[in-house]
Amino acid sequence: MSYPLRRRLWAAALILGFFVLWEVLCLALQVSDLILPRPSQILATLFSRMDVLWPHILQTLWTTMIGFALGVIVGVVIGALIGTSRIAYDTAYPLLIGFSSIPKVAVVPVLVLWFGAGPLPAVLTALAMCFFPIVVNIATGLASTEPELEDVLKSLGASKMDLLLNVGLPRTMPFFFASLKIAATFAFVGTVLAETVASNKGIGNVMMSASSNFDVPLVFAGLFILAFLGVALYVVFSLIETRFVGWANRKSDFAST
Amino acid sequence: MDIAESSIRPRDAVELSRASVAFGRGEAKVHALQPTDLRLAEGEFLALVGPSGCGKSTILKLASGLLRPSSGNVIVGGREVAARALRVGMAFQNPTLLPWLTIERNVMLPLKIVRPFRNEYRLKRKTEFRDRVHALLDDVGLSKFTNHYPWQLSGGMLQRANLCRALIHEPSLLLLDEPFGALDQFTREELWGTMQALWMKRRPTVMLVTHDLKEAGFLATRICVMSARPGRIIDDRPVEFPRPRTVEMTFMPDFVALNQRLRERIIDARSTQIAEVG
Ligand SMILES: Nc1ncnc2c1ncn2[C@@H]1O[C@H](COP(=O)(O)OP(=O)(O)OP(=O)(O)O)[C@@H](O)[C@H]1O
Ligand SMILES: [Mg+2]
Repeated sequence: MSYPLRRRLWAAALILGFFVLWEVLCLALQVSDLILPRPSQILATLFSRMDVLWPHILQTLWTTMIGFALGVIVGVVIGALIGTSRIAYDTAYPLLIGFSSIPKVAVVPVLVLWFGAGPLPAVLTALAMCFFPIVVNIATGLASTEPELEDVLKSLGASKMDLLLNVGLPRTMPFFFASLKIAATFAFVGTVLAETVASNKGIGNVMMSASSNFDVPLVFAGLFILAFLGVALYVVFSLIETRFVGWANRKSDFAST
Repeated sequence: MDIAESSIRPRDAVELSRASVAFGRGEAKVHALQPTDLRLAEGEFLALVGPSGCGKSTILKLASGLLRPSSGNVIVGGREVAARALRVGMAFQNPTLLPWLTIERNVMLPLKIVRPFRNEYRLKRKTEFRDRVHALLDDVGLSKFTNHYPWQLSGGMLQRANLCRALIHEPSLLLLDEPFGALDQFTREELWGTMQALWMKRRPTVMLVTHDLKEAGFLATRICVMSARPGRIIDDRPVEFPRPRTVEMTFMPDFVALNQRLRERIIDARSTQIAEVG
């Protein structure tokens, strides 16, 4: 059996084992489902209440995708600016670091104050959570061109634009796609965060109200949905990544075959 | 009148007159190159040798137009270098091929950038330019690897491709900064042969920086030795061994004697620097 296949089987077995252990322990120790429901109960809740949950899932997904898309645009623009210009880098970086280290939970009330409870604060929180990794990755990718290569091309009369199009951008693609994976997950976290604090729709809101009604299985069903969506987003962007920047990984594939 | 003059003396491909370079200013000022005169005729193959840090790479940067002299001037192909419409090719120790392009596309890259080729790039990249790249790759023995990616090639093969990239736009001046420095002895000697064949076939003007005196003697028509920093040229001699030269020739008494003389000059140059520092 090849190593990657074996690795995948082990990973699947570990996940399955985790849930089985959970189920068995809950049964053996007779844990009340008001504290920790069993996975089978959670799944049952998930399916029986899907009709109610579904609009909320869609809401959360949409909000995430819009925030994410805006975050990508903002991130790429800022990243390209500070990656190509030394001055922009030196001037803007401290501000960016400062902004990114504010816990985003603290921003949500401000957004609600300005825009009212609803989808807009959630979109903006998602944006604020996800643009920073993109900025950092784009900027690093653009800045990491070898000086010799730059000399070779400049001595051919290459303009800044030539360098950007032929070297800078293609070299940045692996960094960019790697950051998309992370940014998508971050945007998701941002959305749920905002929904939890102030919204009347979305998975975050469902979990909040379920928790105040002591509907514990529903809270956990929300958690399951969040985990599933998070993984799904990550997988989608990993697939896109391998499709577009396979060259960055080919070296290791080649060595192992 | 031009015709009469140029029949007496071939046109200079490179001309440094009293060109000097200093980096930084004030306390931190570093004199990298003393005012230097250097003329290179078209088709010459010059090797620059000298102690580390003496300004060899700096001279290449002057000739490429990447660096302006602090004083004096640099004329390449009859034009002041600052004019920046040069056709130079450069290759360094690090091949810096782009990992996302095939060897063919890597070698073709200059045609996408240099005028006048870039205007025709879209039109000809699949026909004329492609044939041209293949012919060149064939000359260096890489015709089977045109569609491979850089990571599929060995260090020596990458360096061959790198030479092709530096030559594809038929530069009037080829600048090589220790291009074979990272290779093992056998691969290096193999590449000397390749380089010599390329030069004999296409006759570009070449400036080669190297630490390997045998390499200088094997390839060059002329060798300049530089003093320690701030560098200047302290020895300038032609190399008149017949071509094509072979590795066996590097063991002949004449060749060994040339190496010996160059070695002494460089050791002299280094010891004066050490005396000044200590
Ligand atoms: N950008 C720079 N700023 C400051 N000093 C520099 C710069 N580039 C080169 N120097 C200095 O100029 C001197 C000459 O450098 P150069 O790279 O031409 O040496 P070299 O002869 O090519 O050395 P080596 O054989 O080690 O490659 C060196 O002492 C170096 O410290
Ligand atoms: Mg050097």
